[in-house]
Amino acid sequence: MTSVNPYLFFHIFIVTIMLFVMGFYCIFFTFNLVRALIGVELLIKAVTLLIITAGYVTGHMALAQAIVITLIVVEVVFIVVATGVVIGLHGHNGTLDTRKLRNLKG
Amino acid sequence: MLSFFITTPLIVLMILNLPFRSLMKRIVFVVGLSLALIQAVLVALAIFGFWDIYSIPVSPMLRFNIGVDNLSLLLLLCNGMVVFITMLVSRSFIEEGEKRFNFTSLLLLSFAGVNGIALARDIFSLYVFIEVVSISSFILICFNKDRDAFEGAFKYIILSAIATIFMLTSIALIFLVSGDMSFEAVRAALDNSAHTSLVLMAIGLFLCGFFIKAGVVPFHGWLADAYTSASAPVSVYLAGVSTKAVGVYALIRIVVTVFGFDTPINKVLLFAGALSVVVGAIATLTQTDFKRMLAYSSISQIGYIVLALGIATPLGIAAAAFHFFNHAVFKSLLFVNAATLEIATGTREMDKLGGLAQRMPVTGVTSALACLSIAGVPPLAGFWSKLLIIIALWSSAHYNYALIAALASLLTLGYMLLLQRKVFFGSVGDHLARIKEGEWNLIICAIILAAVTVGVGVLFPFNLCKLIIR
Amino acid sequence: MQINYTLNLFILVILVAAGLWTVMTRSLIRSAIGLALTSVILTLLMFRFDSWLVTVFELSVCAGLISVIFISTISLTEPLTKSEVLKHMKARLARFIYLPLLILVVGVGLSFIKVNLNFQLPVAEIEADARKVLWNMRDLDLLGQVVIIMTGIFGVIVLFREMRRK
Repeated sequence: MTSVNPYLFFHIFIVTIMLFVMGFYCIFFTFNLVRALIGVELLIKAVTLLIITAGYVTGHMALAQAIVITLIVVEVVFIVVATGVVIGLHGHNGTLDTRKLRNLKG
Repeated sequence: MLSFFITTPLIVLMILNLPFRSLMKRIVFVVGLSLALIQAVLVALAIFGFWDIYSIPVSPMLRFNIGVDNLSLLLLLCNGMVVFITMLVSRSFIEEGEKRFNFTSLLLLSFAGVNGIALARDIFSLYVFIEVVSISSFILICFNKDRDAFEGAFKYIILSAIATIFMLTSIALIFLVSGDMSFEAVRAALDNSAHTSLVLMAIGLFLCGFFIKAGVVPFHGWLADAYTSASAPVSVYLAGVSTKAVGVYALIRIVVTVFGFDTPINKVLLFAGALSVVVGAIATLTQTDFKRMLAYSSISQIGYIVLALGIATPLGIAAAAFHFFNHAVFKSLLFVNAATLEIATGTREMDKLGGLAQRMPVTGVTSALACLSIAGVPPLAGFWSKLLIIIALWSSAHYNYALIAALASLLTLGYMLLLQRKVFFGSVGDHLARIKEGEWNLIICAIILAAVTVGVGVLFPFNLCKLIIR
Repeated sequence: MQINYTLNLFILVILVAAGLWTVMTRSLIRSAIGLALTSVILTLLMFRFDSWLVTVFELSVCAGLISVIFISTISLTEPLTKSEVLKHMKARLARFIYLPLLILVVGVGLSFIKVNLNFQLPVAEIEADARKVLWNMRDLDLLGQVVIIMTGIFGVIVLFREMRRK
């Protein structure tokens, strides 16, 4: 393992935070169910990047890879179930608009 | 031996999915029921010292990085008990055949997941099993495919995803300073790390994630919706063990075993706990839906657990664990009663009910016991845990919080009596004159849980000290 | 080393650009494709960090499978017609116009922070092979994967198959 350029890690850290801002903005400012899930996916991408970088920087690359593989499996199952719920909601409401979700309150 | 807690449900499920589907569909209910019962009995026997769960040798094939202590035993016991109750209740709600097969399988998977949470000794494995339980909860909530259920599930999904992201970020940051994931290694690394601000950020994010998953007050929006919109057996499961394991147990586990107690952590826990106690109790007073009221009362009781954890003394942790167990018992009991009411009257609006104690004696008596236990009336189980919490608060000089806990306890008594008066006391309305008691399975559930509440309350001074203060 | 550094920096910049496009674009299909693109660029970065095993998973599962799931969801739920999209676009733009600015401010603001960047840890007794680590040290995770995949299967049965029967 070659020596790591510390500045590169710093840039990756900044990029991760930028992706976080995008993801949370996407979740909170959209009125579309699918787009909210896409925001969640973007956040998971940011976390994946962070874990891989952490493994590279600390020299525990193998452990980081093992973790990310499990993470990807979990992510896929999560997305499948979530899209199932979205399709079910669409079947009831006929729309993907979150503003129609007013049946329950807080 | 320990790994069987996770592998057995999995293997049973795989056998159930073999050919002979029609036979399997008939036996699946009995198999699931007996599996949960066996676990509850085994763990209860282990807790009372009839056999030693720690020292059974395992085959080398199944030697995972898992371990058990008092707290895990408590969760294993709650899990076995609540899953048993949930399956019994589901008999009245989910029709036999394909649907019940799927329901029981999902419940078994979630059962394995909660056992995994109880046994994990590694923050990433803990995360994986938390995700197992969360995802099966999403599916279970929208099992009946009502519109409300989908809405509640979607809210839960989004908030749970945000909590997951917080936890994963925290795991990545911890990985950055420790390079390992097991509890001991992480604890040592966090204590000795030079990156103080990074560690603080990781801890804060982890706590936020757990607060969302547990439904502690600033993040409680999803909880009432999810509990209310799910079908009755799923509500029992969610309130009894699922969200408790995912949020509260994992919070206690991580704070006690990994982070250790630190002044900022304690302050955050105490404040968030007290806030949920008060806000949950006040919000309960304004509800008209039976299940929604129970859900808000759940938020308030979770607040008590978090508050007790924030005291950071051994007595405080013991009180938190004891209240955790009690809450699993009496809240499941109340949700079982809600299920009985729903099936008998077809409504959950409390204004339309009244005088049901004459018509449904068992439900009336057991729910009165549960309400008194929640409100902390001696000698029921809830009294002892609340007493422990207040004593622990007082003895560690948190006088303000002790006062809040005591006053909120009175408020709890108030809203629980209100619920009893509206639903069970008074005269029977004309439209309710033909109501009968629920089916045998619901009555058995109610009687078992009421017996546990009363039994633990009466025997606590003699026996349960051994459990908590080992 | 200098070239490597510049290349990595370039990949990071297009990663941010792809993410931004995912969030900002007005059609849902394009948003899903943007997500896949982000995934592919992330894969490039992983490749540069010597994580060969993960690149396979990320490329096939995240960039492939997940975009397929998203796109089929979008086509199953019949997205809005062209005129409706145009109507929604203005309102959307008003909400999302601040995002690039916010991202820029965050990026520039963070680059002034001074942090301790020495994260090197002792690498003495750990395994170097990800496969061995996965099988020997993370076996509980593997068990968790089996449980979660089964959960996913039952989720599909409950949410999709019974729905069609209705």
